[in-house]
Amino acid sequence: MPQGIWVIAEQKEGKLKKVTLEMLSKAREMGQEVTALLLGSGVEGLAADLGQYGADKVLVFDAEVLKDYSTDAYTKVICDAVKEGDPSVLLGPATASGKDFLPKVAARLGTGLASDCTDLSMEDGKLVATRPMYAGKCLVETVVPDATPQMASIRPNVLAVGDPDASKSAEVVKKDVNVTDADLKAVLKEVIKGASEKVDLTEATIIVSGGRAMKDADNFKILWDLADALGSGTTVGASRAAVDSGYATHDMQVGQTGKVVNPNLYIACGISGAIQHLAGMRTSKVIVAINKDPEAPIFQKADYGLVGDLFKIVPLLTEEVKKLKAQD
Amino acid sequence: MDILVCMKQVPDTETKIVINPEGTGIVTDGIKYVMNPYDEFAVEEALKIKEKMGGTVTIVSMGPQRATEAIRTALAMGADKGVHLCDDAFEGADSYSTAKALAAAIKPLSYDIILGGKQAVDHDNAQVYAALAELLDISHVSIVTQLDVAEDGKSAVAQREVEGGAREVIEVSLPAFIACQKGLNEPRYASLPGIMKAKKKPIDVIDLAKSGLSADEVGEKGAKLKIRKFFLPPEREAGKILEGEPEELATQLVKLLREEAKAI
Repeated sequence: MPQGIWVIAEQKEGKLKKVTLEMLSKAREMGQEVTALLLGSGVEGLAADLGQYGADKVLVFDAEVLKDYSTDAYTKVICDAVKEGDPSVLLGPATASGKDFLPKVAARLGTGLASDCTDLSMEDGKLVATRPMYAGKCLVETVVPDATPQMASIRPNVLAVGDPDASKSAEVVKKDVNVTDADLKAVLKEVIKGASEKVDLTEATIIVSGGRAMKDADNFKILWDLADALGSGTTVGASRAAVDSGYATHDMQVGQTGKVVNPNLYIACGISGAIQHLAGMRTSKVIVAINKDPEAPIFQKADYGLVGDLFKIVPLLTEEVKKLKAQD
Repeated sequence: MDILVCMKQVPDTETKIVINPEGTGIVTDGIKYVMNPYDEFAVEEALKIKEKMGGTVTIVSMGPQRATEAIRTALAMGADKGVHLCDDAFEGADSYSTAKALAAAIKPLSYDIILGGKQAVDHDNAQVYAALAELLDISHVSIVTQLDVAEDGKSAVAQREVEGGAREVIEVSLPAFIACQKGLNEPRYASLPGIMKAKKKPIDVIDLAKSGLSADEVGEKGAKLKIRKFFLPPEREAGKILEGEPEELATQLVKLLREEAKAI
């Protein structure tokens, strides 16, 4: 009978991503053996951390072929391991790579995958996953009643990370990696760095976002200045109106045809609050809206509304934040 | 090049979602349906490839009768023909049973490349392309913002969006599924002559019998992931409106964010 919860760890350049710890923290609440799968090259050192955050066992797949992310290689390694180990639940991150290989893994295994989940629970050994649809305008509870492993991908930044237990260590099992060049139909040629080295919108703790009222791409500089003052974990987003007007690049777009985000703090500057935009940022913990128009719908969703000229207010905010940070 | 585009008709993004009293689905009355916005990029890219390399563009869609309208929209943009998987048995599908039906419709066709949106903006699963590629035993590249098909049509180089605005450059052998992201192109509007011509273009309707699949493999019966409840997220309450001169607003807000919201 299939048993145990498997968690596919995500690491980048030798560091575990926070979503990995979020998944482990949730998994260890579920009262079953937790196994972490660690894929990469030269990553075995991360196994100890995985143990402290909740893994009872770590399967390490360490090979040069896994140095860079590859759809085909990850799918093969994970499917082979699942066929051998027969877990009841398989969790992975809803990140750029996780969203890429998890549906392929689910199809190869002939099982169900709940994607981009915001909560999980266990009922009589069955995984119940909560996930948004329509960019978060509604939610659904899903189950995989007749197939295993029951799969779910977990949206970063939603689940809480428990405290590490320094006394706990996982059993580390090194596994063979049976991937050959013939398995790779799609090959990574290079990585083009983004314009900024900022954290991704979906993983940011603070987002400063600009709308149509920014009037110009150059004016986004005042948002970047505020983001810089707020520190690491902060990035800049944009509304669809701003992207379509050419003020910001599409990878910055928040909303139903952009990214759904859930930072601790979302500062909407000159964004009126169209339904598509609100859907994409409504799960932010604290929302600030700065807008000239007191009737803008965004104020209905904001914890703090500032009616006024963003071009005056935002630079002043930056100065205030700098003062505050200087005192810390 | 024989180019396929997988397309879904979805509620317009302006739609306010209302859950039915039983919690088993959304209220569909009065919804305006459109082509999935990400699929528009796929149709546009397919037409661009055809313009450069020649060939045909075939739209493949699964959905109820009304989905014909979205297929006609794609034909009006310039696609050549449509394939419409339409049968009550296909209703209530998850990503897996959708991919299963699409694969059955696609297998008999000749294709060099398949394009589609990176996700449909209704259920947001973002799984069908990967599952379909797996069932067809071809590769996929997801979240593609740039695509160059090699002159011989045997491979392509795609740029795929990853975290923080970075992009991976992937070389993939064809056929493969390319899942399209905003930024790939600017979708064209259908012209009036295009709309007239579209009326005469063929749409092949495939029902359960014609798909060669059994009722257990498709739709709700074939779904591996079952939805047991729909519900709305808690409403956000409007908070405080701060008043005063810009200087006061800035000072007040930073103080509140630090002391009350503990967000900075």
